[in-house]
Amino acid sequence: MVGLITIMMSVILVDNFVLAQFLGICPFLGVSKKLDSAVGMGAAVIFVMVLATAATWPIYQVLDGFEIGYLQTVVFILVIASLVQLVEMVLKKYVPALHKALGVYLPLITTNCAVLGVTIMNINDGLTYVESLFNALGAGIGFLLAMVLFAGVRSKLENEAGVPDCFKGVPLTLISAAILSLSFMGFSGLFQ
Amino acid sequence: MGKKMTILTKGLIKENPVLVLLLGTCPALATSTSSINGLGMGLAATAVLICSNIVIALLKNIIPDKVRIPCYIVVIAGFVTIVQLLLQAYVPSLYKSLGLFIPLIVVNCIILGRAEMFANKNSVADSALDGIGMGVGFTLALGVMGAIREFFGAGTLFGFAIYAGHIDPMGIFMLAPGGFFVYGILVAAVNHFSANGTKKKSFSCDECPLFNACTLKEDEELRVKVEQKGAEA
Repeated sequence: MVGLITIMMSVILVDNFVLAQFLGICPFLGVSKKLDSAVGMGAAVIFVMVLATAATWPIYQVLDGFEIGYLQTVVFILVIASLVQLVEMVLKKYVPALHKALGVYLPLITTNCAVLGVTIMNINDGLTYVESLFNALGAGIGFLLAMVLFAGVRSKLENEAGVPDCFKGVPLTLISAAILSLSFMGFSGLFQ
Repeated sequence: MGKKMTILTKGLIKENPVLVLLLGTCPALATSTSSINGLGMGLAATAVLICSNIVIALLKNIIPDKVRIPCYIVVIAGFVTIVQLLLQAYVPSLYKSLGLFIPLIVVNCIILGRAEMFANKNSVADSALDGIGMGVGFTLALGVMGAIREFFGAGTLFGFAIYAGHIDPMGIFMLAPGGFFVYGILVAAVNHFSANGTKKKSFSCDECPLFNACTLKEDEELRVKVEQKGAEA
């Protein structure tokens, strides 16, 4: 149990997907301007990451059994893409409330490198099924945390007065992200 | 001839995928820790981009419109696997330092974006040229970012010591914050020197290369919602 919590906490704080490993930068920069959309996107990512891990880990064991592990990339991306479609349809039909909250973000997640990244990372690191699920959950929570913090930072950036013209917009956002990422470096060495 | 030249050169600077179109940000930030890594990642993605552009241009009349995106993904993932195996066999050191980001070339939006925006409506030759141009632009941007980060962060360039050993380099440039910082400064520099002044770029739905294929386009209700949320993003 302690091991599982360590895995989860270290991927949330030390090896944060967005701020330390550069996975999922597009949604991090694109959807973080408003707090509610940041929370929605983060929640959708947690949901899809755990589901994708739950589905791809057993599939890899089958591939490995047939000694065709090199098909990993092709199979994983197809599984994730169809899974997201399926989840969207199921939510729309049976849990409309949840679909309303997360549905907007689901199509945007299919080709998100954080989702494919966490599934491949679980295999590469040789984690067990339960460890993989906790790793995915932690990666998702870390993504949500980075999104929420960054949404807070960006709401203060709206007034761009005094910023040189060429720095307005994207460059300013990136430099703020650098400072947020710098603060997360303070967590390094927290877990061994 | 002039048109062919334009297709080839527009990806270098005018429509540079990383610095102007702001695509492929994840690999650009993650693999530009040194000039060699940056160039290696750029070349690997270029190889996939050229091959997938050619194959998709060849298959554009066969692939049914409705399932084109999954088909593109399969083609791209196939080439990524080939590149991954080749790198593992012949350049194991690069394979090791790029690590996770080689399989992640599959979800690099530059490649899917060019398939959707260019290769599925142009000839094979034009698509190949487009792939070369965009790929070289991507490689160039990653190489420059890598060189800057390596110079300040390790005091070396392409592995050769410039001032390393005499002055302590600023290691932060090799780490995550340095990546965001250098990228921000480069985009600002491109803004400053580009001919059309400081065009404010953003990450909105309209500028997404996959807009036409996105499920949001068909779902009117959802799209309005996204646009409301994304309007300011």
